[in-house]
Amino acid sequence: MKDSHYDVAIIGAGMSGLAAGIRLAHFGRKVCIFERHNAPGGLNSFYSLGGRKFDVGLHAMTNYVPAGVRGTPLGKLLRQLRIEREEFALCPQKQSRIAFPGRALRFTNDFAVLDADVAARFPRQADGWRRLVQLVRETEAATLQAPTASAREVIARHLTDPVLADMLLCPVMYYGSAQERDMDFEQFAIMFRALYLEGFARPVEGVRRIIRVLLEKFRQAGGERRMKCGVARIIERDGRAAALVLDDGGEVTAGHVLSSIGHPETGRLCGHPVVPAAQAAPGRLSFVETIAVYRDAPATWGWGDDTIVFFNDSDRFDYAQPDARVDPRSGVICLPNNFQFGDGSLPEGLFRVTCLANYERWGGLSADDYQAEKRCWFETVQRSARRFLPPVSDETLAPRLVATDMFTPCTVEKFTGHINGAIYGAPHKVRDGRTHLKNLYLCGTDQGFLGIIGALLSGISMANYHILQRS
Amino acid sequence: MTKDECKKLVIDIIADIAPDEDLSGVKPEVRLRDQLQLDSMDFLDIVMELRKRYGIEVPEADYMQLASLDSCAEYLTPKFQAKV
Repeated sequence: MKDSHYDVAIIGAGMSGLAAGIRLAHFGRKVCIFERHNAPGGLNSFYSLGGRKFDVGLHAMTNYVPAGVRGTPLGKLLRQLRIEREEFALCPQKQSRIAFPGRALRFTNDFAVLDADVAARFPRQADGWRRLVQLVRETEAATLQAPTASAREVIARHLTDPVLADMLLCPVMYYGSAQERDMDFEQFAIMFRALYLEGFARPVEGVRRIIRVLLEKFRQAGGERRMKCGVARIIERDGRAAALVLDDGGEVTAGHVLSSIGHPETGRLCGHPVVPAAQAAPGRLSFVETIAVYRDAPATWGWGDDTIVFFNDSDRFDYAQPDARVDPRSGVICLPNNFQFGDGSLPEGLFRVTCLANYERWGGLSADDYQAEKRCWFETVQRSARRFLPPVSDETLAPRLVATDMFTPCTVEKFTGHINGAIYGAPHKVRDGRTHLKNLYLCGTDQGFLGIIGALLSGISMANYHILQRS
Repeated sequence: MTKDECKKLVIDIIADIAPDEDLSGVKPEVRLRDQLQLDSMDFLDIVMELRKRYGIEVPEADYMQLASLDSCAEYLTPKFQAKV
């Protein structure tokens, strides 16, 4: 007989839900995480296909710092979750590249590399660049206040070359931003730090490693988790979340409810938005991702050491929902073989390319048309990306190809419930996690800390702020 | 519970909260934040661990009493003794 009352009910077993669960269970709260899918991880989950293991979403974890560096977001979350650094087994990237027409910038986990490259390729911007970096360093880490400044405006005060601004914004927006064309400067500073001042890393087993550690921590702390058990409705009474109705019709009650599924999605459970109507719009930014699996690592045919390549083929970088099904002009290439895995390595070669997509143009296709469109766009996206890698013939690649997979905005919506498949959530973020209900809070993507590290910190922060610090 | 035993308990808590810190040279009279990388989240955890492990309550108004090991011992030892 399952319990029906908890101190805290958490909706969603993604990164933020699991992190919140660990904090709450560790400090003696009776916690249950409710997850609709059969797998944990949410936007950063995993799956198997044809006997192969794949990660959803994880190209790289950001905010990587070497052992011994303290006072950073990664160190912070390891402490708060009582996880030892070694458990994540993070391997740093080799190098990454921002590739625009005729211009490229390299960056690694050593900021000096990007610093030198900017000074070399944009010598007239050197002073402005230094001032911008200083400003980023001084900008306070993630606060719970609503941000107020436009990143593009602030950047333009220091950098007079719009191409440099676009080149810096491209990776930051892809990794990521829920807003089209511009972003909050505070968010830019957080992501600048995460990508450029700190860096990228990945466990050799990918996201499964992270998830396994989190699940075990949660279990050891005494937390309960119900999988294939989503929440269908939140019943309100007297300004509080009085009960949760589950997918199977069962009901549970909880003193506090923490929802990681997004604010428009949480609004659906309540029957109306949980934020002011003017801010309730769901996300418009979704993506397709194409995955090609090869017998050998891409380095064997000359693609080199780039771990991630952020590419753009146009004069200006246009981070916006495309009118077409896909916008292949810009995107992200991920070559997971190019992390410093040491003795371990990936069993096969992987070539992943992500581009912006339009959810509405994918939803509503017949099953046959959907498959046909996927096949067609797979080719287009991969060929677009290949323009930014050392040339290699189809004759070289074709015999080495062993498998492909692709996901569209519909795939993301299907497995995570995020409306429009918007992986970075709604454009309006609720920094303090508050909703119209006294005991219902948001964490995760729509609280505003993005990416794996962001999501973990979000769960921790919201659990601390709304529940642990209050009792 | 002596003041020294109390200091040891606080060090044990800090060792769990911040295993990456070197606690061997911690000076009891110096503020902990001046010797170790501890921020407000860490101090909150010290308070919550005291409650979790020993049932000791530290109201928010008293957080500043935990600034150094010596002040922790001054403030917490009577609370431990009251529990016995």
